[in-house]
Amino acid sequence: MRRGPGPFDLAALTLGFAFLYLPIVILVVFSFNASKLVTVWGGFSLRWYEAVLTNEQLLDAARVSLGVAFVTATAALVLGTMAGLVLVRIQHFPGKALFTGMVVAPLVMPEVITGLSLLLLFVSLDVPRGFWTVTIAHTTFATCYVAVVVQARLLTFDRSLEEAAMDLGAPPLRTFRLVTLPLIAPSLAGGWLLAFALSLDDLVIASFTTGPGATTLPMRIYGQARLGVTPEINAVCTMLVALVTIVVLVISILQKRRLARERIGPGPAGRNP
Amino acid sequence: MKGKAERDRLALGRLLLIGVPFAWLGLFFLLPFTIVLKLSLSEPALAQPPYLPIVEWVEEAGELYLAIRLRVQNYLTLVGDGLYLAAFASSLRIAATATVLALLVAFPIALGMARCPPRVRPFLLLAVMLPFWTSFLIRVYAWMGILKDDGLLNALLLTLGLIEEPLVILNTETAVLIGIVYSYLPFMILPIFANLEKHDPSLLEAAVDLGCRPIVAFWRITVPLARPGILAGCFLVFIPAVGEFVIPDLLGGADTLMIGRTLWLEFFTNRDWPLASAVAIAMLLLLVVPIVFFLRLQALGRLR
Repeated sequence: MRRGPGPFDLAALTLGFAFLYLPIVILVVFSFNASKLVTVWGGFSLRWYEAVLTNEQLLDAARVSLGVAFVTATAALVLGTMAGLVLVRIQHFPGKALFTGMVVAPLVMPEVITGLSLLLLFVSLDVPRGFWTVTIAHTTFATCYVAVVVQARLLTFDRSLEEAAMDLGAPPLRTFRLVTLPLIAPSLAGGWLLAFALSLDDLVIASFTTGPGATTLPMRIYGQARLGVTPEINAVCTMLVALVTIVVLVISILQKRRLARERIGPGPAGRNP
Repeated sequence: MKGKAERDRLALGRLLLIGVPFAWLGLFFLLPFTIVLKLSLSEPALAQPPYLPIVEWVEEAGELYLAIRLRVQNYLTLVGDGLYLAAFASSLRIAATATVLALLVAFPIALGMARCPPRVRPFLLLAVMLPFWTSFLIRVYAWMGILKDDGLLNALLLTLGLIEEPLVILNTETAVLIGIVYSYLPFMILPIFANLEKHDPSLLEAAVDLGCRPIVAFWRITVPLARPGILAGCFLVFIPAVGEFVIPDLLGGADTLMIGRTLWLEFFTNRDWPLASAVAIAMLLLLVVPIVFFLRLQALGRLR
């Protein structure tokens, strides 16, 4: 569509982005409100941030969430990369259809069902619930997301470099490490972040699979939000939003730079689309 | 020629590559479903865990029996008790309404994005994606402060003199619809935009040159060409919306029935695990049908 945006398009874009961003902006603004009321502006203040940083329960929950998210993202990266490789590179093996189904199905599964089914598994295996059961649950669905990201990358992958390495006598594992891995590394970084963000955000599956002493940050936020809107939660949410926004912006700027570099001149790993 | 040892190593590597993720997903995705199915046929009990086994060795008159007791009542309750059917029906209705609303909101945005110069588009795309990375829970929570009786929306409308009494929006179905449209909007915008972006503008120019009015050209050219994107977007919104828990729980009222929330309450509040499992199985069947339908449509679209 070459013809530029008309007044109608500009209005749609303005209203659309206002709709997408205003609620978050309002949330952020009111986290700096001196008044306890969430709708009346009582002057600028950082008191709610102070309250958050001295709230041991919230800090504990944040530690649990970050720990779960870190282990989840790392484990899901390994498992998801393997699954993605299997989906694209191994054409036939018994159970391929089942394998594909198991990778895709968790993506469309309602969270309440995933959470319930995993809890029932842990109960029947008599596993004590806590940090590790939440991590296993998160790793399972995050693996599927990473697998899809890796699969998408491998489908547009130029295999001639791998073939060259193999022809020159590099064994498969070495070829993977020296040729394939560097080429798909940006997608892997994206997959790791996606897994981290998904784990950090999850409320439902964690609520089902957690146990005493492993309350995650979303569970705390949810518990307080049910009782009503408070500036303290606004402050927690603002910190989370800021963290995610900074990370996503940095990543996309880095990727733009990389793409620009590749366009100027193909470096050692530059030719791939 | 490759040696035998090397071939063995290759085969082992391949086996590991397939085996590890296969075993993980089998253990933590497939196996749990068989347990849900089993539990949906067992009897609730006041015990820890709160259900009875379905397979038991029973001794009767000195003889040993392997007794299998399948409690069909859980499913009969689903059909017989109006509450569950109503919850299913209202989940489908709310999800469908929200999908249509999301389409109406997303289409002009996607169209506006596609008409922007190509160098601006990546930034717009990032701007659409960014809220998706931000926590889902936080985005729903943000609406609580806006929609409540003494919230910002009412304060604004009262100040403008548009209303005399604050509107009750929070804890109603309207709030749930707003929440779903807001949360899933990026999923609707992205596939439609991806489709519109690829269109050849000369088609529209040709239609207008031949005397077609722009609105007719839009309806007869732009919309049909964007159909795959529209379909994909609708399913990406509809399917998760049906099973949604957080949005009806935080924004809806006690009378907003949605099946994901019913399952949650059955499990956490009533502690009826077998019935919750039966709800899960019914939900799966309910969702499998539209998903299979969608995949068929996609396959057909690819053939064409």
